[in-house]
Amino acid sequence: MDPSSGAAPGGSAGGSPGLRIDGATLATMVAHCLGAYPEEGCGLLVGPEGSGRVVRCVPTDNVAHSAALYTVEPRAHLRADRAAEADGLAVVGVFHSHTHTDPYPSPTDVAQAPDPGWHYVLVSLRHELASVRSYRIVDGRVEEEDVTVLPDGSGGSPGSI
Amino acid sequence: MPVEVRLPTLLRPAAGGQATLSVEGATVREVLESMGAAHPELSSQLLTDDGALHRFVNVYVDDDDVRYLDGLDTKLPGDAVVSILPAVAGGAR
Repeated sequence: MDPSSGAAPGGSAGGSPGLRIDGATLATMVAHCLGAYPEEGCGLLVGPEGSGRVVRCVPTDNVAHSAALYTVEPRAHLRADRAAEADGLAVVGVFHSHTHTDPYPSPTDVAQAPDPGWHYVLVSLRHELASVRSYRIVDGRVEEEDVTVLPDGSGGSPGSI
Repeated sequence: MPVEVRLPTLLRPAAGGQATLSVEGATVREVLESMGAAHPELSSQLLTDDGALHRFVNVYVDDDDVRYLDGLDTKLPGDAVVSILPAVAGGAR
């Protein structure tokens, strides 16, 4: 499976630069979701704040251990947050998989989306090829944004997993 | 002796834009209550009307989630750092 194959551009969020991620980081994200299957896989996205660029993804345990729910392991979140800050970066979003549904935020995702500045990335494993979409969720309103896949080595930090 | 409290980006506007606060308190509850007294907007974001920790908020003492310690009654050593982050959750359901 080519993990980047599903990362087609979606509708552009108004004025947002969209999400820019290199192929290796994208592959890490999708591989983690496949590894977590049949449970939902999840993790955090790290990059320069406000840039739309993701330089690393930090797969985390899904403490909900469910095929229909995810909760990022809180201590892993704290570690990711500190590590990002130490590198002059920030946690800028979260990814999780939908194992049997399309890559669109569910009512649960929207209700629990904590941060209007974050990128909410969905990895759908519903079909043979994983598909990846990114959204902004502001005041309960969901807007898809473009996902641009950058060549590997285009500024990813050495800390990329 | 005050402890350092680190706020997530999302809560900083409710604390006058500050990223860290120096707050007096011997337990997590005392610290959150003092913060709430100084910054009332923070209070409703952190604690429910019943005084429990909001489920969408994670509070840590140093490296540990207080839900795995003594919750809001967790005692704070003098050099403790209290970190607050949003709980990140959702799902297909």
